[in-house]
Amino acid sequence: MGIVEAILLSVITAATPLVLAAIGELVTERSGVLNLGVEGMMIMGAVSAFAITQITGSPYLGMLAGVACGAIFSQLFAFLTLTLVANQVATGLALTLLGIGVSGMMGESFLGLQGIKLQPIAIPLLADIPYIGPLLFRQDIIFYLSIAVVAGVHWFLFRSRAGLKLRAVGDSHASAHALGVNVIRTRYLAVMFGGACAGLAGAQLSLVYTPQWVENMSAGRGWIALALVVFSSWRPWRLAAGGYLFGAVSISQLHAQAFGLGIPSQLLSSLPYVATIVVLILISHNRRMTLINTPASLGKPFVPDR
Amino acid sequence: MKKLLLALASTAAVIGFATGASAQEKAKICFVYVGAKTDGGWTQAHDIGRQELEKALGDKIETQYLESVPEGPDAERAIERLARSGCGLIFTTSFGFMDATIKIAQKFPDVKFEHATGYKTAPNVATYNSRFYEGRYIQGQIAAKMSQKGVAGYIASFPIPEVVMGINSFVIGARSVNPDFKIKVVWANTWFDPGKEADAAKALVDQGVDILTQHTDTTAPMQVAAERGIKAFGQASDMIKAGPQTQLTAIVDTWGAYYIKRTQAFLDGKWETTSSWDGLKDGILTMAPYTNMPDDVKKMAEETEAKIKSGELKPFTGPLKKQDGSEWLAAGATSDDGTLLGMNFYVEGVDDQLPK
Repeated sequence: MGIVEAILLSVITAATPLVLAAIGELVTERSGVLNLGVEGMMIMGAVSAFAITQITGSPYLGMLAGVACGAIFSQLFAFLTLTLVANQVATGLALTLLGIGVSGMMGESFLGLQGIKLQPIAIPLLADIPYIGPLLFRQDIIFYLSIAVVAGVHWFLFRSRAGLKLRAVGDSHASAHALGVNVIRTRYLAVMFGGACAGLAGAQLSLVYTPQWVENMSAGRGWIALALVVFSSWRPWRLAAGGYLFGAVSISQLHAQAFGLGIPSQLLSSLPYVATIVVLILISHNRRMTLINTPASLGKPFVPDR
Repeated sequence: MKKLLLALASTAAVIGFATGASAQEKAKICFVYVGAKTDGGWTQAHDIGRQELEKALGDKIETQYLESVPEGPDAERAIERLARSGCGLIFTTSFGFMDATIKIAQKFPDVKFEHATGYKTAPNVATYNSRFYEGRYIQGQIAAKMSQKGVAGYIASFPIPEVVMGINSFVIGARSVNPDFKIKVVWANTWFDPGKEADAAKALVDQGVDILTQHTDTTAPMQVAAERGIKAFGQASDMIKAGPQTQLTAIVDTWGAYYIKRTQAFLDGKWETTSSWDGLKDGILTMAPYTNMPDDVKKMAEETEAKIKSGELKPFTGPLKKQDGSEWLAAGATSDDGTLLGMNFYVEGVDDQLPK
C-alpha cells in the first residue's frame, strides 16, 4: 500500500463519523430544531454498540443497537423541547452532558475489553479497480451506509413530497401548520432521524475507528459535526465534502509531523478548525445564499393554537 | 411538605453526626482524581494504590475519593469539601490541581495535603512524583534491539518537560544500543482521544517506523500496532490486553507503597513536607512483564532494570549532546533533577523540532 493510499484510507475512516452525525443534524435543523446534543447521542451510540457487540459477539447487532440507542435517546430531547417547549439550546447542552455521564456509567464493565472490529466488505468487480477499488469498495458497511444516507437525504429533501413538507416546517412552522402539516410530529421524526445517525456515527467510533470502549471517546466530534452543518449551509453533498476536507486536513497534519516538517504541532493541530473558519467566512461572504438556506424557524419553539 | 423537609433535614443531621463520630475513631484519608477510577490508565493506577492502602492499614483508616474532578475552580470546591468533612490527609492526583491544593491548604493548616507531580510545597503540602523516564530508558534499549529499520515512533501529548524528558530518555536508551537510532515524534496535543491517537499511530507506521511508544492515555495506539503487526510499549498501565502479541513491556505506575508509607507517617504523627521523586528502586514505578521478545533482549532489559535500581546506571549520564550537536553533559557527568524537571530541549537522535 502506497503512502497516498494509506493517507486516503485514514481520511475516510476519520471523516465517516463526522459526515454521519452531521447529516442527521442537517435533517433535524431543516425541520427547524436545533439539537446541540449530537455529542451526547453519539457517545450513547458508541457505548451501546460496543456493549451489544460484546454481549452477542456480532458487531452488526451492535451497530443496530447504536442506531436504536441514538434514536431513543434523542426522543428525550424531543419530548422536552417539542412537547414541554423547553429551551432548545439549554436542553441540547444538557443532553450532551447527560450522554457523557450515562455512557460512562453504562460502559464501566466494558472498559479495557478487546473490541470486535466491523470487517470490510469487498464489493465484487468494483473492488478490483486499481487505486479506487481498495479505497472506496473495500470498506465496512457503515461507510457505505454513510454515502447512502447522504444521497438519500438529498433525494428526500429536494425530490420528495415529505421532504418538501419537512422544509416547510423548518422555514415557517405557522404556515405549514395552517396548511395542515403536523409540525410537532414532523419534528419528532426529524429529531429521531438525527439521533439515529449520531448513534450510527458513535457505533463507527467503537466498532471501526478504534474498536474499544473508553469513556468520552467521541472527544468532541459531535461539535465538529454541528459546525459542519453550518459549513455546508444545510446542503447534503456540500456537507459530505466538508467532512472529508476536515478529515483530510486533520490526517495530513499528523503525517506532516511524522515527516518532520518544522511547523509547530499546535499550529498543525488547529488546522482543521482554521480550515472550517476560513470556509465559513467564504460562505458567509455570499450572505444572500446563506440566508436562503438557513431554516427560518431554526431554534424557535412551536406552540399550536388550541 | 414542611414535615417531610423537617424529617429529611433531621435524618441528614443524624447521618452527618454519625459519620462525624466514626471519623474520630479512624483517620480519614482522601483522594481527588482527575478521571474515572476505571480509566485504564492514570487515575486507575492511583485508585489501585488507594485500595492497597486500605488493605494495608484498613483497621486504622478509612478512605474516600472524588472521581472525575475537573482541573480549575471545581477542583478547589472539591478539595475544600473533603477538608471540611474531616479528612486528615488529602492526596490530589493531577498536575492541574496544584494551585487549588495550595490555596485550600492555607485555609486548613491542620489538614495535610499531598499533590502529585507538582512543584509547589507549603508546611502542610508535600509533593510526590515518579521517575517514569527510568522505564523509558529501558524501553529505548529494547526498541533498538527489536527494530529492523532503526526508527521508532513516539506519540506525544503536550510539549511539557515531563514528556520531553521521556522522549530524551527513550532516545538515550536506544542509542546506547544502536548509536544511529532515530525516533519520529507526533504531537497529538491531547492526553485522551483514541481516534486521534490511532491516526497518529497509523501516520507513523505508514512513514516507516516499525516500533511504537506513546505518552498518551488510551490503548488505541497499541491496537493499531497489533493490527499492523509491529511491536509497541504500554503507558501508565499494563496494556497487554490490547495487544497480547504486541506489547513488549509497559511502564506501570504503582503508587501503593508511597501511599502506605506516607499514611503511616501521618498516623505516627511524623508527617513532614517533602518533595518525593522516587523511581524503579522504590517500587513506585514497575515494568510490566517483558514479553514478545527474544531471551537475550529480555536479559538485557532485566539487567538494565537492576542497574537502575542499584543506582549504578543513571539514564541521563554523559557524554550527551543536544539535538543541535552542542555539548550537554561531559563523559560521566549526570544531569541534576532541576534540569530534568524543566527540560525544554531534545538530545541527539530526535527527528522532530520541539514545539516552543
